[in-house]
Amino acid sequence: MHRSSEVKHVASYLNTRGCECFGQPCESHCPVLTDRTIHVQLKTFIKIRVKPDRTGVVTDGVKHSMNPFCEIAVEEAIKLKEKKLVKEVVAVSCGPQQVQETIRTALAMGADRGIHVEVSGKDYETLGPLQVSKIFAALAKKEQADLIILGKQAIDDDCNQTGQMIAALLDWPQGTFASEMTLEADKMKVVREVDGGLETIKIKLPAVVTADLRLNTPRYATLPNIMKAKKKKIANVKPADLGVDVCSRLEVLKVDEPPQRQAGVKVETVDDLVGKLKEAGRV
Amino acid sequence: MVIFFEKFARLSLKSTFIWSLCPQYSTALTTVGRALIVRSSQLIQHRYVHSRGLGASPANPGAAPPRLPFSRVTQEVLAFFRTLLPGRTITDPDLLKSSNVDWLKTVEGNSEVLLRPKTTEEVSQILRHCSERNLAVCPQGGNTGLVGGSVPVFDEIILSTSLMNQVITFDNISGILTCQAGCVLENLSNYLEERDFIMPLDLGAKGSCHIGGNVSTNAGGLRLLRYGSLRGTVLGLEVVLADGRILKCLATLRKDNTGYDLKQLFIGSEGTLGVITAVSILCPRKPKAVNVAFLGCSSFQQLLETFQYCRGMLGEILSAFEFLDASCMSLLEKHLKLTNPITESPFYIVIETAGSNATHDEEKLHQFLEEVMTSSLVTDGTVATEATKIKALWSLRERVTEALTHEGYTYKYDISLPVEKIYDLVQDMRGHLGDMAKNVVGYGHVGDGNLHLNITSPSKDPALLAAIEPYVYEWTSEWKGSISAEHGLGLKKRNYIYYSKPSEAVALMGMHTHSSEHTHTP
Repeated sequence: MHRSSEVKHVASYLNTRGCECFGQPCESHCPVLTDRTIHVQLKTFIKIRVKPDRTGVVTDGVKHSMNPFCEIAVEEAIKLKEKKLVKEVVAVSCGPQQVQETIRTALAMGADRGIHVEVSGKDYETLGPLQVSKIFAALAKKEQADLIILGKQAIDDDCNQTGQMIAALLDWPQGTFASEMTLEADKMKVVREVDGGLETIKIKLPAVVTADLRLNTPRYATLPNIMKAKKKKIANVKPADLGVDVCSRLEVLKVDEPPQRQAGVKVETVDDLVGKLKEAGRV
Repeated sequence: MVIFFEKFARLSLKSTFIWSLCPQYSTALTTVGRALIVRSSQLIQHRYVHSRGLGASPANPGAAPPRLPFSRVTQEVLAFFRTLLPGRTITDPDLLKSSNVDWLKTVEGNSEVLLRPKTTEEVSQILRHCSERNLAVCPQGGNTGLVGGSVPVFDEIILSTSLMNQVITFDNISGILTCQAGCVLENLSNYLEERDFIMPLDLGAKGSCHIGGNVSTNAGGLRLLRYGSLRGTVLGLEVVLADGRILKCLATLRKDNTGYDLKQLFIGSEGTLGVITAVSILCPRKPKAVNVAFLGCSSFQQLLETFQYCRGMLGEILSAFEFLDASCMSLLEKHLKLTNPITESPFYIVIETAGSNATHDEEKLHQFLEEVMTSSLVTDGTVATEATKIKALWSLRERVTEALTHEGYTYKYDISLPVEKIYDLVQDMRGHLGDMAKNVVGYGHVGDGNLHLNITSPSKDPALLAAIEPYVYEWTSEWKGSISAEHGLGLKKRNYIYYSKPSEAVALMGMHTHSSEHTHTP
């Protein structure tokens, strides 16, 4: 019996924290932006400001959107469905009311239905990979998912932990930093991007895969699909319903801006340059 | 059109500021780009006969006129500049190369001196010195102009504003910014964005163009639909006149009805009446919510109807309405490897909305999109609300110029026409040129009635040029359009002013430049 026909659900977790690049140039934290937005001036699109009480960054009024790696994950799930290798794609996100918009984007890309796990206020501020992975593990069991695909890391906290933690909690195999994934009978062949190059592994389903930059190029959600997405269902769930405690075990002590980059000095002539270098004791 | 030219008499040198049209001599107007040709209190009158023009021929109407008898740069002059601008008087030919050639690499001068003043006072001294010695000067900003007006024609001294890049003041209550003319537009945008404001204009060249150049050429751009032209947003100017006098009209007032509004003369004058050294400009607040929609239409008629709906349903939040045709899209895909986000269509529209409330704007936008989709005016589309995607969609419109440069030689026409006629010109040109042209594409600010018609051939082809001009200008003139909507006249289009302006108007322009300098001519 081919496992592929039993692959019913592919749950795709969408991280919808703000696209905040913590004061550093986007290209170092968000390689996806470098790759997909060709010729774009690489700089922070949103000015990141640390809160006056230094407990975090200002998120009020900041436009939140789907984590770029998670977008790649959604695209991969939809591709699998188009190849008829999976039956249903469910998009999930944890957060306040606004995340529904992100779920709708996933639906517009081609996901079948959505689940909104409601977490708001103080709980949302302290929501981290451990709580999210617990929620996800519970959901995976409830929905009887066969495959969980998510982005390798969120570009606001860069934790790179959620996928790995979900696999550990469920005791499922994991294929992280995937730049290629192919379903072969009941196993998933994953090509992973590692420091030394590329590593190919085969993992049994059910499994967790985290998407890396080169896995695919996400499609644009086109208008006809955006219209159709309005009719798709988004179920509402609370963490308590899943038996998950979202209390954080971490306490943020302080958040600071990176040190200001010192301005360079321009000189008019080569003699000036040599003079300045001598002054600084470099020559 | 030919009738005008028959009236032109012989060339004679008189006292005019630059090229001017003076009715008593029935001369034609020749605008030699933005070169300030100054003769010590003597003005020179150009007579230019279109068909028998000096240096020009029907096959090459954009060719430069012959060099007028200005002085040449001497060691004495260089010594003066070196004392005035130590380290900022460039004579190295390698360094001069990039300032002698325009962005399109179609016009090249052979200036031997490049000056980089830092203050208005220095500019004033340079111009006074040149005026006294009858030296020609070419003011240069970012050198991104498309009509060959930003580079010397011959050996004019290049006066660059690149070191005049300081912001002078910014008032965040009124939104009025005062800055030197050499500030790069993008830098000003970044400065303002940190303070929750934006520049009222935006164009593809923003990474290099200077605000002084933008004002001298009355640049249009992508935001004109929403914020109007520089004629409305510029509140004051500081200009150095040809003889070195500084005209301090750098007001920061929204309303000032005391006498003639002189700054309007300098805006769009392409450096022919003075060098702009500082600008005060009114800046709008940065919108809290920006959305971009990229739509596909199957006919130009439907595109126009979509525009009607857009105006009606998006009205106050509409900030840009641009179009490009299928040929542009295939060039973008071919040369820049950009992907078409929607299904292939004959026409594509880029719509931008900018407002103060994201929820309201999205609701308005979605209602509009639903309406145009269900009525089949639009065949496909996509929307972006997030910064990266917005930039990606905009690049499909902003990078067409770049994609065209990969096709060989580009003939550029920036035409203003009644909106319904815009694409007719493109189709007509395709039929008229047939196989002579490799590509005939149309794109532009359809919301403003402004078409960018571009024709390419593998290399410069005089036969093709002869087929295009004056046909395209006659066509434009027939529909009472403008032969240069926003690019200006510069070197390349100076002879075509008659297609869009009556001779009396051109005469008055000439008289003005003539008289404005006469007050200090001995």
